[in-house]
Amino acid sequence: MSELHSLVAPYALDALDESDERSFEEHLALCERCREELAALREAAAALAYATPAAPPPPQLKQRILEQARSERPNIVPLRRPTAWRAPLGIAAAAAAAIALGLGLWSATRPASGNAFTHVLSQPGAKVSAMGRSGALAVAPDGRAALALSLPRAPSGKAYEAWVIQAGKARRAGLFDGGSETSIVGISGRVPAGAVVAVTVERAGGVDQPTRKPFVTSGATS
Amino acid sequence: MVPPPARASRDLAHLSDEALLSLVASSDDGALGELYDRFGGVAYGLALRILRDESLAQDAVQEAFLGVWRTADRFLAERAAARTWILTLVHRRAVDLVRREDRRRGEPLEGAPEPAARETVDEEAAVRFQRRVVQEALRQLTPEQREALELGYYGGLTQAELAEQLGQPLGTVKSRMFAGLGRLRELLGQAGLEESVSSS
Repeated sequence: MSELHSLVAPYALDALDESDERSFEEHLALCERCREELAALREAAAALAYATPAAPPPPQLKQRILEQARSERPNIVPLRRPTAWRAPLGIAAAAAAAIALGLGLWSATRPASGNAFTHVLSQPGAKVSAMGRSGALAVAPDGRAALALSLPRAPSGKAYEAWVIQAGKARRAGLFDGGSETSIVGISGRVPAGAVVAVTVERAGGVDQPTRKPFVTSGATS
Repeated sequence: MVPPPARASRDLAHLSDEALLSLVASSDDGALGELYDRFGGVAYGLALRILRDESLAQDAVQEAFLGVWRTADRFLAERAAARTWILTLVHRRAVDLVRREDRRRGEPLEGAPEPAARETVDEEAAVRFQRRVVQEALRQLTPEQREALELGYYGGLTQAELAEQLGQPLGTVKSRMFAGLGRLRELLGQAGLEESVSSS
C-alpha cells in the first residue's frame, strides 16, 4: 500500500489536514483504484450521519437557503414547462432536459416528451448515471432502462450497439445510428442491479458479442 | 414559470433523489426545496453534533445546500448516491467550520452528551429506521474501529491529532479507519440500507 493510497479512509472521513488532502487529491486523479475505494468508503462514511439524531432545523433556514439560491440563479436558458408540470411525464422530460443541459447537449429543441428515456425516469425510484460525457443512463427499479446519448452518426456500414454487461458477460441491448441531437435508446430486456451498460461501434446489423472495447460505459447500477 | 408550490411538491415527491439533483442542475429551486425536506433534518443533526452550536450548524447546512445548488451539474460524474454526495458536502462544511472555530471535541459517541435535539415525533420513520440500522452496524465494529470512526467523523480531528489523542501510531489509526469503514459498508450492505433509502 503506497503512502498516498493509505490516505483514502481518512480522506473519506474528512480527517486529513490541508496539505495531505491536496496530495491525496492529486493522487486520486491518477489512481483508478483509489477512486473506486473512495466511492465505497464515502458511502459508509455518509451513513454515519444517520447514527446521530436528526434535528429539526429552524423553519426559517429553508427559506433562507431558497432565497439565496434564487438570487444566485445562473443565467441559463430556462426550461419552459408551463403545462408540463401537471403530468409526472412532464417532470421527467424536464429532468431529461436537465441532464442534457448539464452535459452540454442542449440546444434549441426540447426532447420529445414521452420517449423511452423520460418514461423510465418517470418511474418512482428511477436512477440516472452519466455515460461518460456522451449522455446518461436511466434505470427504473424494475430494471427497465434507457439511454440518452449525443453521438456523431456511426460511420457507413457501422452502428452503435448497446450492451448490458454483468459478471463479465455481455448481452445485446439495442442498435442505433446516432447522429441526431440526442439519441434515445430503450434497453431491451432488464438491467439487473450491479450490471453495467456499455456502447461499442459494430458492423451494421449488430454482432452477438462486442468486438471492441466499449467507448462509453455507465457505472455499476444499484 | 414557477409552478404552484403545493402542486410541485406533490409531484416532486415521486422523483428519486438523483432525478431531483438533475432538476437542481437546471436551477429548479423547487427540487432543491424537496431535497432539503428529505435531508435537512439529518444534515442539521450532523452539523449540530460536530459544531455544538445552533448558529454555526445552520451556517454549515446553508452553505452545503448552496453547494448542492451551485455544483449539482457535477454530480452526474460522481459515482455516488445523491444522498452520499449531499451528506458529504454537509460534513465537509461542518468540519471546515469546526476547524476554523477551533471548537473540536474529542469524546467518543457513548461518552459525549447527546446534542439537545432528541428523536422527535415528527422525525420520519425512514430516518429512524436508518439510524437504527447504522447504530446496530456500529456496535458490531471493534471498539477501536468505532472510536477511530467516531472521533474522525464527528470530532473534526485530523488523523494526526487523532493519533496523538489516542496515543497510537498514525499507521494504526489509518488502518482502524480503513478496516472500520470497510466493515461498516459490508454490514450496511447486508442490512439492505441501500434499498431502504432509495425506496423511501
